[in-house]
Amino acid sequence: MSGVQAPERPVETARTAPRTVGLWPTVGALLRKELLVELRTLESVPAMSLFALSTFVVFHFALDRNSVEGDLGAGILWVTLLFAAILGVNRLFVADADQGGFDAFLLAPVDRSAMLLAKVLTLLAYLVVLEIVAVPAFALLLLGPPLGPALPGLLATLALGDLGVAVIGTLIAAMAVRTRSRDLLGPLLALPLLVPIVIGGARATEPLLVSAHRSAPAARWLLTLGLYDLVFGLIAFALFDFLLED
Amino acid sequence: METSSRVPARPLQYGRGLRPLSIATVVAFAASLSLVFFYAPLEAEQGFLQKIFYVHVPLAIVALCGFVLGGLLAIQHLRTRDPRWDMRSYVVIHMSLIFALATLITGSIWAKGSWGHWWVWSEPTLVSFLIIFLLYATYQPLRFAIEDPERQARYASVFAITAGAFVPLNYVAVNLSTAYLHPRVFGSTSNLPASMSFTLLVSLVAMALLFATLCKFELTAKHARSQMRALRRRLAGESLDAPRGRSAAPAIPHATASGAGRVVAAPTAGRAVL
Repeated sequence: MSGVQAPERPVETARTAPRTVGLWPTVGALLRKELLVELRTLESVPAMSLFALSTFVVFHFALDRNSVEGDLGAGILWVTLLFAAILGVNRLFVADADQGGFDAFLLAPVDRSAMLLAKVLTLLAYLVVLEIVAVPAFALLLLGPPLGPALPGLLATLALGDLGVAVIGTLIAAMAVRTRSRDLLGPLLALPLLVPIVIGGARATEPLLVSAHRSAPAARWLLTLGLYDLVFGLIAFALFDFLLED
Repeated sequence: METSSRVPARPLQYGRGLRPLSIATVVAFAASLSLVFFYAPLEAEQGFLQKIFYVHVPLAIVALCGFVLGGLLAIQHLRTRDPRWDMRSYVVIHMSLIFALATLITGSIWAKGSWGHWWVWSEPTLVSFLIIFLLYATYQPLRFAIEDPERQARYASVFAITAGAFVPLNYVAVNLSTAYLHPRVFGSTSNLPASMSFTLLVSLVAMALLFATLCKFELTAKHARSQMRALRRRLAGESLDAPRGRSAAPAIPHATASGAGRVVAAPTAGRAVL
């Protein structure tokens, strides 16, 4: 009977089976696999970076400006990063869904949350590489005031924003990947959920990118971002298992 | 099992209480409208236009509560795996989406009347409603894009819980981002005259009753339609296990015959077969 029930109740099976691999080694192995696949195929990160560069060029012509600063600069930076991130979100689970990665993972006697953590860290790594390319390019191509003095505040804001994008992006990508119109549904689901991150990120970045009276980001925006990250981290942690059954 | 459940034990299970609920709604709405037009005082600055406040604000509150309720029902669905909770969650979210659209329209009219613009970005209620509306507008496309009914229900519940938690968070974030440039009638209830807040309260009750009635009505209608389909199939001699068409709406799990339930309740059916 237990043999019959095994495919129906994989959660219990995973919990009662003798676990030989802990959570963090599993996360490490999955993360290594993701990064290795990305290094060999170069599917996501180059596309995201190139997309960000093209978007800056598009903004230059659409706004007909040679340099931007303040709220406009913060808005352009965040919109560009967000849309570039969406490209990565759309690709995040495609290989697992199409080539049996999910099935292999479900067969292994490991904690399901490892998949969530590994994917969040993968997306976070993609975003960091994206920003290593896109932020200097933004400073070079569009930003009026120098980037140097703004860098510490900008890094803190970007780190908090990236965490939120990674968590929400992973949850949405897992939800959208096994639907018929995944390329369409992913961005549609993700964008409204990411609006508070744009609000917090853009408002926190705004005072950093002005030429006169530069000031540190207001604490309440960083707090908003941090709180949003925390809440959605908990939600994703609680709900991710339900997306993996079957 | 086949013979005992052919004839439903309680054929109008979903319809029970619909009539008293409808009567209560009509009475509450009559009371609320009489209070709005004959009791509540005219607002000094906006005059008659301010009466839309008694429609707009209850609509907004009921829609927001409906979205959160949809999330709570979805939690219940994921905990019990009973498809009926998914059905309730679906109906509540569906109805809240309609109420949210009505909120956007009435808010827009109010904004045009009092500030001269159809859309005002400095009004946080309106802006956060737009974001929430855009998010929930993807609920039915998401359901429609998943064919397997069990997985559709599960994914929809994950969405409903995530979005239900997003509703208050988004509201706070948008509120933070908005400077209060315009004078607001509804800053807090404390600065509202007693006659106005009483009228608002009655309107809120009426709107909540309307929401409950409409939800109940939709549940009953869906139940009746599914019973009808099962009966028609049996008359035509078709198999009740035949797959239903692709749909965004959840199927009724415990329709007339046991076979119709088996389509949705895949795990139970699988165990019974094994």
